[in-house]
Amino acid sequence: MSEPLLAVRDLRTYFRDREGIARAVDGVSFEVSRGETVAVVGESGSGKSVTALSILRLIRAPGAIEPGSTILFEGRDLLLLDDAEMRTVRGNRIAMIFQEPMSALNPVLTVGEQIAEVMRVHTSATRHEAWEGAVEMLALTGIASPRERASEYPHQLSGGMRQRVMIAMALVLRPDLLIADEPTTALDVTIQAQILELLQRLQQQLGMAVLLITHDLGVVAEVANRVVVMYGGEVVERASVAELFAHPHHPYTEGLMSAMPRLGRQTDRLMTIPGVVPPSTAWPGGCRFRERCSYSWERCATQHPPLHIVGTEHESRCHLAAEPLRRKAQHIPLAAALGGSV
Amino acid sequence: MRAHWTHQVMRRATIACVVLLAIVVVAVLAPVFSPYDPIAQPDIIGLKNLAPSLSHPFGTDSYSRDVLSRCIYGARISLSVAALATTIAITLGTLYGAIAGYVGGITDTIMMRIVDAALAIPRVLLLIAILALWNGLPLWLLVVVLGGTGWFGLSRMVRAQVLSLRELDFVTAARAVGASGPRILLRHILPNVVPTIIVAATLGIGHVIILEAGLSYLGLGVQPPAASWGSIIQDGADQLGSAWWISLFPGLLIVTTAIACNSLGDALRSALDPRESSVAMAELDS
Repeated sequence: MSEPLLAVRDLRTYFRDREGIARAVDGVSFEVSRGETVAVVGESGSGKSVTALSILRLIRAPGAIEPGSTILFEGRDLLLLDDAEMRTVRGNRIAMIFQEPMSALNPVLTVGEQIAEVMRVHTSATRHEAWEGAVEMLALTGIASPRERASEYPHQLSGGMRQRVMIAMALVLRPDLLIADEPTTALDVTIQAQILELLQRLQQQLGMAVLLITHDLGVVAEVANRVVVMYGGEVVERASVAELFAHPHHPYTEGLMSAMPRLGRQTDRLMTIPGVVPPSTAWPGGCRFRERCSYSWERCATQHPPLHIVGTEHESRCHLAAEPLRRKAQHIPLAAALGGSV
Repeated sequence: MRAHWTHQVMRRATIACVVLLAIVVVAVLAPVFSPYDPIAQPDIIGLKNLAPSLSHPFGTDSYSRDVLSRCIYGARISLSVAALATTIAITLGTLYGAIAGYVGGITDTIMMRIVDAALAIPRVLLLIAILALWNGLPLWLLVVVLGGTGWFGLSRMVRAQVLSLRELDFVTAARAVGASGPRILLRHILPNVVPTIIVAATLGIGHVIILEAGLSYLGLGVQPPAASWGSIIQDGADQLGSAWWISLFPGLLIVTTAIACNSLGDALRSALDPRESSVAMAELDS
């Protein structure tokens, strides 16, 4: 494999205050190659959004990326750039779209102005050129009568159109990497499909890589090449999409999959994973998923599992890789037994 | 009921607008509207302290000058002092508050403690203390001093808004496209504060008119022979018993202008506040 476009190595983003340290992202590593789509999956509190914000260094105090982390983009460590150099990367080489297109657009500027703004920040385009670029980009995202839409304000547009505007804003300078933080979560199901389709089409047209942050495995199956599953601020499993869906290894991934409805299978009730993600100020010792896991044994409480290789380009942070027979000894997870809420 | 209230506010705002517009037009076109030269003293004995009549609707003062003409020319000074001073105050308050709110941290704390200290001193006292240092004060200095002491409250409001605005997603989005700090502040955050600034400006003008009148009355403001409404009141102050018209009419003008500014400010506040206006819109629909 050639040099990856983005290589995140041992990323730690901690939030410190008087009460303690919240280790939201705690030693995350993964890579994104040119043109591919990598999905980062996990539930709320798993650290996936903080990972996304960390890559663009958008974490604000009291949060900080810990020394020792590296984020290599085309071989250059983004964490070593000064603020001005970092600004030339943001929006230009790496762009980002957000979950809530309504709140991520400025209510008092027209959408055309906001897209043109990106060009004005990074290029020497005149006001007129930037405006034309914005209109052209809106057309590319499939918005009807882009010229009229460009002079409208965000509140005049529907949710799907706003997300198209966000995408236009992110892609107007043809970045190499797009970070999409739950781009479809706030949208209706029918619109979700359209937006995903649009992202895939633009990805092919512009040849960019996409880092897709989501909690929706359905979306992952549809668009991703490779998957990174996060839990408790760590990567717990990493594989290609086909491999992950065929042979999920980590009990958490298994749980996520069985919590997903499938076509052609009778289901009265969807499975749930008992309990919630523990607070990032107090990750349990040993395996962080232990209390919610139906396989856990003594070793899980005492020893923090490393990432084991469990297949071709497939890694899992679970002791089951070393003791596969334990998979037969299923029991009621501690969280379910304690909470009794299942 | 709420709809009725909204309707009433709107009507008051319309009246206020008309009144203010009328005063401004008369002030701008003072030479057209004023029947006499405001500083001419045609007959200091024969025409002094004349009661209001058809030829002198507001009467004349103790130097035989026409009070109406003086009020019209005085409006020029009173209004322009108020407008300029408010512009200075708005600029200072907005920049100061925006920087404090956006930078945050220790800078914010220090900047806001300074404002707290300034707010602890009564403004009139502060003004008198500063203005008393000069003898025969130039007008521009009055404007600067009035503006320079009028931005503390606004800076607090702007700072509070910027503090909450900078946490919003679109600011993160603006940072994500590579916009610099000053650019985000000026282009993305401040436009969202404009409603607050407009309201503060309208209310501020009314306040400065009264302040300037008060200072001129005390002899610290506009210096003779130029006249502002406040100094015309001062001209008539020692003859209130015999020639009440000299002080009464400029007084009424001050009250009218200030009330008009305040009603307009209140109406703008409720119109520009998204929560209040959405309620009003919903009720207009039903």
